[in-house]
Amino acid sequence: MADYAHPEMLVSTDWVVEHAGDESIRVVEVDVDTSAYDEGHIANAVGWAWNTQLCDTVQRDIIPKEDFEKLMASSGIGNDTTVILYGDNNNWFAAWALWQLKIYGHRDVRLMNGGRKKWIAEGRDLTTDAAPPGSASYTASDADTSIRSFLPEVYGAVGAGSAELVDVRSPDEFSGKILSPPGLPETCQRGGHIPGAKNIPWAKACNEDGTFKSADELKALYEGAGITGTKPVVAYCRIGERSSHSWFVLKYLLGLGGVTNYDGSWTEWGNLVGVPVVRGA
Amino acid sequence: MKPEDHSERTLELAGWPVRVISYKLGDTYHATADNVSPGANIARARGATKEEAEQSVLAKAAERLATTRVVPIDD
Repeated sequence: MADYAHPEMLVSTDWVVEHAGDESIRVVEVDVDTSAYDEGHIANAVGWAWNTQLCDTVQRDIIPKEDFEKLMASSGIGNDTTVILYGDNNNWFAAWALWQLKIYGHRDVRLMNGGRKKWIAEGRDLTTDAAPPGSASYTASDADTSIRSFLPEVYGAVGAGSAELVDVRSPDEFSGKILSPPGLPETCQRGGHIPGAKNIPWAKACNEDGTFKSADELKALYEGAGITGTKPVVAYCRIGERSSHSWFVLKYLLGLGGVTNYDGSWTEWGNLVGVPVVRGA
Repeated sequence: MKPEDHSERTLELAGWPVRVISYKLGDTYHATADNVSPGANIARARGATKEEAEQSVLAKAAERLATTRVVPIDD
């Protein structure tokens, strides 16, 4: 069985327990709904709210470099700290955080395989105690946009056929049957998908317990859908968090080069005037 | 504290598949509901018993799912 291209990017729940007292490591829970963190979290884990601490709350963007440096420092994370991320919604927002940490050049950041769901299913310890206050010095790199796609690049790639697009939303979102995941607010004017995109829902990369499938299974999944990495690969979803998860799989588990996350995703494309949209499967 | 009495089941609610996960933490039962495809959490609730937490989360989830609009697709 083949190993992941970068197995060092993942840690198990056992590994987190074994390294609980290691001061060179900081565990961070990243949630879209921080009541999950408040309910109980891994001991000493810092909690980050995706929508207010990792996103610019004025314009739609990731947080600026200066805010990122403050977040890291106040979380007790220095440039040499090993950061372990996990979170709710099957690690979607933890994967977003990892993508953002890589954009700003953090060297050692990893995902806890299976996320909060697996930790709880295994009956592992949770606490409501606040994490010890952090005070570190942090200097971020300038943003590395080689792992991020913006609208003009995606639009150009669609016209030129110069990229492999992976739409990681559910089949019903991909077809346009629904404009948002069931139970969530509609945030686009049109349903459907970007021309040429292949629909490979994020969950197909995971086992029932939320851990990632084997390298062989992942390779078969993506290659079977025509995603081979012979062209740059662009992952997108609705707001860019599920596609961060698939970006992680494509870049670090399968080791494809030139993989980007189009975080504008369907809430950008599906609201534009005059861009091509495909409806149906 | 350790999560106890963990359970997970999938059912249909307001025409959509929903996964309910519940467990006890300390003296309180917690329940979450997600929409299975794609798997986003849509409701969270707590209660003194498992049944109370699950009934509450299902009520919240049903309310949210009822807002989902289906657009006919000509395949």
